[in-house]
Amino acid sequence: MATQAAQAPAGFGALEGRSEWSLVWERLRRKKLAMISLVVIIVIYGAGLFASVLAPYSYTEQNLDRGLEGISADHWLGTDRLGRDLLSRAMYSARTTLIITAAVVLSGSLLLGNGLGLLAGYRGGWVDNAIMRVGEVFSSLPGLLMLILINASLSPRVVDAVRSIEENTPLTGLVSSGFASYITVFLALSLFFWVGTARIIRAQVLQLREREFIMAAEALGASQRRVIIRHVLPNISFLVVLQISATLGSVAGSELVLSWFGVGIQPPAPSFGAMLFEGSGARTFQAHPNLLLVPGVAITMLLLGFALLGDALNDAIAGR
Amino acid sequence: MTAYIIRRLLWLPIILVIVTFFTFAIARFGPGDPLLVVAGQIRDDEVLEQIRADRGLDGNVFEQYQTWLFDAVRGDFGESIQQQGFTVTEILLPKMWISAQLGIIAIITIFGLGIPLGLLAARANGTWVDPFVISTLLFLQAIPVLVVIPPLLWLFATQLDWLPVGGWDGLFDIWWIGGVIAVPIPDPHLYIPLVAFTLPGFAGVARLTRITALEVQKEDYVRTARAKGLSEGRVTFRHVLPNSLLPLVTVIGFALAGVLEGAFFVETLLGIPGIGRFVFQAVGSRDYDVILATTAIFATAFVVMNLVIDIVYGFIDPRIRVGASR
Repeated sequence: MATQAAQAPAGFGALEGRSEWSLVWERLRRKKLAMISLVVIIVIYGAGLFASVLAPYSYTEQNLDRGLEGISADHWLGTDRLGRDLLSRAMYSARTTLIITAAVVLSGSLLLGNGLGLLAGYRGGWVDNAIMRVGEVFSSLPGLLMLILINASLSPRVVDAVRSIEENTPLTGLVSSGFASYITVFLALSLFFWVGTARIIRAQVLQLREREFIMAAEALGASQRRVIIRHVLPNISFLVVLQISATLGSVAGSELVLSWFGVGIQPPAPSFGAMLFEGSGARTFQAHPNLLLVPGVAITMLLLGFALLGDALNDAIAGR
Repeated sequence: MTAYIIRRLLWLPIILVIVTFFTFAIARFGPGDPLLVVAGQIRDDEVLEQIRADRGLDGNVFEQYQTWLFDAVRGDFGESIQQQGFTVTEILLPKMWISAQLGIIAIITIFGLGIPLGLLAARANGTWVDPFVISTLLFLQAIPVLVVIPPLLWLFATQLDWLPVGGWDGLFDIWWIGGVIAVPIPDPHLYIPLVAFTLPGFAGVARLTRITALEVQKEDYVRTARAKGLSEGRVTFRHVLPNSLLPLVTVIGFALAGVLEGAFFVETLLGIPGIGRFVFQAVGSRDYDVILATTAIFATAFVVMNLVIDIVYGFIDPRIRVGASR
């Protein structure tokens, strides 16, 4: 901050009126890698978001006469075993990744993680104890094995539930679109992704509680809600954003692995994990490397983008 | 400190009970009845009931769990459904041994290469080497193992024909020089799994080493060491390195977790008969006793590991005495 003021003494007056977030953004913008990562993330997520408009084909459109083709004018990235366009499938897979990461980060990390972390840190006592002990149980479960087990056990039940929704409401096509598997993956991942966030938030809130301004607010008779909203939340907002950026990558990675094992997103719904699985034999890779490389490069760029952006964000928030 | 350790140890069995009950309930909640497999051709309800009773799978979930728990406490983890006639312990122990060997070698490699790389980056701070090393490692960390293995296999097994496609043949081969001198060399089956296990791990260790080393380099005692006229190498290895190692103790747990998780796909993709591959098959065939035993082992490993790390941390750095602050 000091260097910035020194560089631009004229802007010093304006500095006071700017939020901390705009300062962070200012620092972030000067980092080349961070900006490239941001663009990569936006491109991949954008491709997912607008897949139904942008994709040249549907993800289910087969052409058995033209299976396992290489790069051509019709199919820019080639086709898979069933003659489905790989570019289109990759874009729809990006949509799956977008849905799952957004949903899990929103519920598991943002709502559950922050909510429970705040509650534990602020209330303390038995509430804190209970939440942290439950978290301890979750973090000592072997995560991946549990996720596979939960998905394998839960998915038939969720399919039944979705089918009964379909029968009792005017909604149709839910089961055939693979909607149920999205719900299953979302529930299972949310169950595991709150613990890390809750711990970090709790630790921060515990420290904040000892600070004078919080005590002052409490002594002045501010309600708990007011203290949390006006005094605690603004002071953990940086941490919340950092946690989101850290969680995004690992959620995307977990979805990939689950779908690869066949217990995640169910076909015909497209996912990078299922695409990777189809291309992962050594012989398959020799004959048709695009089957593996198309989803592989896309997901690697996305994960790398999250990692680099998170890093740069960390630096920018720390004032570097 | 002692009170803290005792409290944590008392907590261990409670966690294990919760974890295994949770696993048991979820596994039972799933579709399919593995006992139909055990019964084979016989579709007699009476026989089926008999098998169910023999295996302690009659009654409600709580009664079933109670049966399992009481047997498990006495060291009887039940009988596998996939491989009938074998107890879970008989099957799991050799598989665990294979996975453990691979895992230990992987963790040694991660730290053995990650620490020097981190030191190198810290020493080269301010030049292009530092960001280059770190971003390369980050890149390696970002590639999912599932994406790395097929090209590796294609290159080294199919094209170059240097390494086997998969399987397991122990850690070491013995080379006889002139039929007299035995030289142990790493088994060729080891390389591809090792690369797959370690590539995602280097970045974490190297970055942590780098950050700590950068802090330590600013310390007064390092300046003193330089002022004394010590060589750069001696400063690095005698003064910077030992003081940079401390926070690494905390990431051993993460590294272990990473290796355990990696075991699922590495072993499955490369046909290594370890515990990861077997458990995945067990989930598929609802082999309850195998799933439960493995979860219990993994959970114990996690909890004990975290406890050991906390204690070791307290010993290495007396400034952090966990017990005192709690």
